[in-house]
Amino acid sequence: MSDAAVRALPSRRPVSVAVRLWPWIVALLIAVVLPWLFYDWQHGRHSGFMISVFSQMGMMIIFALSFNMLMGQAGLLSFCHSVLFGLAGYSTVHFLNAAGAGELPVPMELIPLLAGLSGFGFAVVFGYMATKQRSTAFAMITLGIVQLVTTAATMFHSFFGGEGGVKTDRVIGNSLLGREYGQAIEVYYLIVGWMMIAAIGMYFHAMTPLGRMANACRDNHERAQFVGYDPRMVRFLQFALSGFYAGIGGGLFAITYEIVTFDAVAAPLAANALLMAYIGGATTFFGPVLGAILITLLQSGVSLMSNSWLVYVGVLFIAMVTFAPTGLTGIVLEHAPIARAGLLRRLTLPYLRIAVPGLIVLFGFVGVVELLSFLTIGMAQGKRLALFGVALDIFSPLSWLVAFACLLGGGLWLSIEARYFKRVWDGLIEASRSR
Amino acid sequence: MNPPSLALTDVTKNFGATEIIRGVSMNVTAGERHALIGPNGAGKTTLFNLISGRFPITAGEIRLDATRLDGLPPHRITRLGLSRSFQITSIFHRLSVYENIRCSLLWSSGYRYSFWHPLGRQRALNQETERLLEELNLAERRDLPAGLLSYAEQRALEIGMTIAGGASTILLDEPTAGMSHSETEYAVALIRRVTQGKTLVMVEHDMRVVFDLADTITVLVYGKVIASGPPAEIRSNRAVQEAYLGALAA
Repeated sequence: MSDAAVRALPSRRPVSVAVRLWPWIVALLIAVVLPWLFYDWQHGRHSGFMISVFSQMGMMIIFALSFNMLMGQAGLLSFCHSVLFGLAGYSTVHFLNAAGAGELPVPMELIPLLAGLSGFGFAVVFGYMATKQRSTAFAMITLGIVQLVTTAATMFHSFFGGEGGVKTDRVIGNSLLGREYGQAIEVYYLIVGWMMIAAIGMYFHAMTPLGRMANACRDNHERAQFVGYDPRMVRFLQFALSGFYAGIGGGLFAITYEIVTFDAVAAPLAANALLMAYIGGATTFFGPVLGAILITLLQSGVSLMSNSWLVYVGVLFIAMVTFAPTGLTGIVLEHAPIARAGLLRRLTLPYLRIAVPGLIVLFGFVGVVELLSFLTIGMAQGKRLALFGVALDIFSPLSWLVAFACLLGGGLWLSIEARYFKRVWDGLIEASRSR
Repeated sequence: MNPPSLALTDVTKNFGATEIIRGVSMNVTAGERHALIGPNGAGKTTLFNLISGRFPITAGEIRLDATRLDGLPPHRITRLGLSRSFQITSIFHRLSVYENIRCSLLWSSGYRYSFWHPLGRQRALNQETERLLEELNLAERRDLPAGLLSYAEQRALEIGMTIAGGASTILLDEPTAGMSHSETEYAVALIRRVTQGKTLVMVEHDMRVVFDLADTITVLVYGKVIASGPPAEIRSNRAVQEAYLGALAA
């Protein structure tokens, strides 16, 4: 290739540190400011509910990102990620108890590091078993591990405390910053600090030789061998390191709630990580962050409004897997070629046209689910159904008729509009390619 | 560094009760370009799979200079400086072209399983990747996911990944299969250039390529070597003409 042609290539100058750091700084600022938006200035106190939601979000972001080190980056679907999180949580309770008794001279700020190391240790043990295999066999072994550990958690009382779990007091009287950590807001900032450390660590990891070879093994484990790498070793190290970060999350969990039960190691939590990574988008680094925020909001917000919130999460998951396997961040990224060609505005009308029937379907679906749920659970609880500010009579045929009509009619309309949308979309992708 | 020699002694491979490779002995002397030819199903690719450790051998011995290769896993054989390409393109399809080449350089550049080197800062590694991309004529495609390359470009990448690690023994499995005439010419020139001073073994169907490139030709028919020698000798060998042309006519 001639020199001129080389020069014509897009230049690849290393971006300055400041430019690369600004998204992190913005994220940190948002996390720091967030609780103050819900501060009750009149009574001079924080909103306990919002702080617990944000704390949960922080640890779930770490957890989902560490899960995605396996799923998105290495192509390993692990059902035992909760085990690494939970066992580190149990360990942390014991660390805190030892520290509180003066037997462990470690300040609070470094307890999550100990939790990470114990997560790493457990990941070495379980990773040694699981990473002997890859793909489906790997997933099955991890399923075995999560069942094994969940059962063990109810059997071995000295470490797990049986059904009731183990409890601790996080006020250990040892802090680098002179803090008590009695208040939830202090713990929140501890979580924010460790969340930033863990997220930056994992982001950095993705760009190291091991992180890159994890991608390579995901794409083609056989070829990886023929460039000199043992895919099993790559899987094992990746698993062990993801255990370190999951452990930090588990440690923060133990510090926040001061109790760890077998729920923290059990499969539903691992499934949660899968939901978060998938809905946010496993193909991008930040997808799981978005997923963790969204799922936590659903869990804490929608669960207050509706008994059936899990139905919505489930349906959302199925819809994403079916229609948008690259997740929310994937959907956004797919707009990039159209945006680059300056054609984004042509999507406004198609979006409006699917939004209307989309909302009608949503309304119908929520209506049907809530009517059904109120017919059973709601009635037993003596609640009255109100949807979007309108009180509904669950025994009136009209309510049922409207809900079903919206669901079915809207669905039909949506499928027509979806076809139109796809036509426009394909046309725009084609047009952006030829530009 | 002198390229090593590759020696196969009585190599046998059974799949179940079926004998696919039936006592193959073959010598590839240091620095030569050795072509492996034979009709379809003769076991050429299988032989490559045995040498590179993809399948274990049933009996016999494979040596690279003094080192015994049989019984070693593929990644160890690769680390000894024997690298192979695949007949069916085998690349990291979701990674960019650039990353494909860089991944192929990592082990030989001594990074091993490092999770502390930021790849963006490894100047020598990145320059070498750029140089290889230029050499392969893939520089303009560097940021494209490798799975989206055209067929001929994927074949070029396949060769690039095979030679990237600086292996001294190269096994190429039908590098020009499915290429147009001009693409083949380009590929042959590329192979000639990048295997300079190395030991090369290639499976090839295109006889022009074989007689153009090879110093020695080995003919494999139904898992057995029926002839081995310089091109002129092979061309005039009656057994080869019968077996080969017979198989082609059938």
